[in-house]
Amino acid sequence: MQNLIEIKGVKHAYQTDSGPLPVLDGLEIAVPEGGFVAVVGPSGCGKSTLTRLIAGLMKPDEGEVWLHGERVKGPRSTVGMAFQNPVLLEWRTILKNVLLPLEIVPTKLSKKQAEERARFLLSLVGLEGFEDKRPSELSGGMRQRASLCRALIHQPDVLILDEPFGALDAFTREDLWQTMHRVKEREPFTGVLITHDLRESIFLSDQVVVLSGRPARTQYVLDVPSDGPRTLDDLYTPVAAEQLNILRHQIQIAQGRSTAEEGAA
Amino acid sequence: MNKHIRAFVVPVIAVVVFLLFWEWLVWFNGWPRFKMAAPSDLPPAFERHWPLFLSMGWQTLWRTVVGLFLAVVFGTLLGMIMGFSRTMRDALYPLLVGFNAIPKATVVPIVALMFVGQHDFNTVLLAFMISFFPIAVSVSIGLSTLEPEYRDILRSLGASQATIFWKIALPKTLPEFFGALKVAVTLAFIGTNLMEIVSPHGRGLGALFDSGRTNSDFPLMFAVLIALAFLGIVLYYIVVALEKIFAGWAERAPG
Repeated sequence: MQNLIEIKGVKHAYQTDSGPLPVLDGLEIAVPEGGFVAVVGPSGCGKSTLTRLIAGLMKPDEGEVWLHGERVKGPRSTVGMAFQNPVLLEWRTILKNVLLPLEIVPTKLSKKQAEERARFLLSLVGLEGFEDKRPSELSGGMRQRASLCRALIHQPDVLILDEPFGALDAFTREDLWQTMHRVKEREPFTGVLITHDLRESIFLSDQVVVLSGRPARTQYVLDVPSDGPRTLDDLYTPVAAEQLNILRHQIQIAQGRSTAEEGAA
Repeated sequence: MNKHIRAFVVPVIAVVVFLLFWEWLVWFNGWPRFKMAAPSDLPPAFERHWPLFLSMGWQTLWRTVVGLFLAVVFGTLLGMIMGFSRTMRDALYPLLVGFNAIPKATVVPIVALMFVGQHDFNTVLLAFMISFFPIAVSVSIGLSTLEPEYRDILRSLGASQATIFWKIALPKTLPEFFGALKVAVTLAFIGTNLMEIVSPHGRGLGALFDSGRTNSDFPLMFAVLIALAFLGIVLYYIVVALEKIFAGWAERAPG
């Protein structure tokens, strides 16, 4: 089967005053169509750089990023993004915020159809009745839900989530995890999730990629097989405990490598 | 007491108390009219010079508004240049700060000498020079502090820089812009009056003020001050109304 997202041998460095700072070094990630990969790793290891590369906002120094069998050379309208900061436009209603991408991306939908779709997405994430509210009237979790709808409105084939639940409290976060599963059932997409939360990674994804410390390379890949819909209870089974244990161990290795290097430097 | 009645009655009482105190102060000290005016002197002063107040008030008003308009256009452009280009900001900022630090009263004779006889132009120019600074600074800060995620959301869809500016950067800067415009309105008035008073040429409320000064006509001078304050308040609230229309979203609902 062809992989929808393919990252091959990507290397990237930022130019700083004290010379080049390598952040990615030989990254290999492959996500099949409809797959959902979670990327975890020590902080500052270049995870956000990865999202910008997939979105075509940056070009890697070396290596290739492929989407849908096409090499990524610049931004493409088939990508949806959501960040830790929901970046909703305060002067627009929630509905108009969700519709924003359709003002940029060419669409076959009529104005009425687009609005219907936005309303459908909002109801899917539990924001029914908030269409005409302003972002400032919503809680953090609700804003993040709206931001998710905006990322999906133009039916992207790739959804890039850069720590979208990072700033939320634990209960809201778990709510949103379940919402994500509900959304994926109705609106299939291929996803890349950047996260610091190991439980989140095994609950949402079917493959967890552990990045090493800076400069990041693919250190470990954990498959998270699933039989049927997941529930929060699944996080408290021996299988989940085992998976979390492996991941925690891998993160420790990743951190160990980075601290050893810092110590040597 | 009813909230609405209180919101109206309390300020009115405060103003009346203030006027009574002022009247009493003049009466108690026995100041003659060539030394100080009392509130009761003002209505006759307005009545006596009413046609002058109308024509000169209009001159001051339109020249202030034109100067302010130019300041908005130029200030916004300058703010955009500095907001989008780091290099241009580094280049222009010191110049701008230096220019702003010059007391504008010292610019008046220079401008008056350079453009001798062109009174309207001079006055508009000074109103403009004194009021573009806060607009330029606020627009540049508004644009340069735009969180990168806002750009990324649209850029990842292939939006052009111009689209990002119209859809996000510009509306997001509006609250800062109107904040600066409120300051600029007051400043533009100062500019117009500086020109009219320091280099009088028989036009505008400043000239009327100056003629009151030559005659030690304190009631006339104070009447001019009141007229200027009135014009200033009107312009200020026009800006507030525009702000409500275009940037009302920035105001959080109370509670």
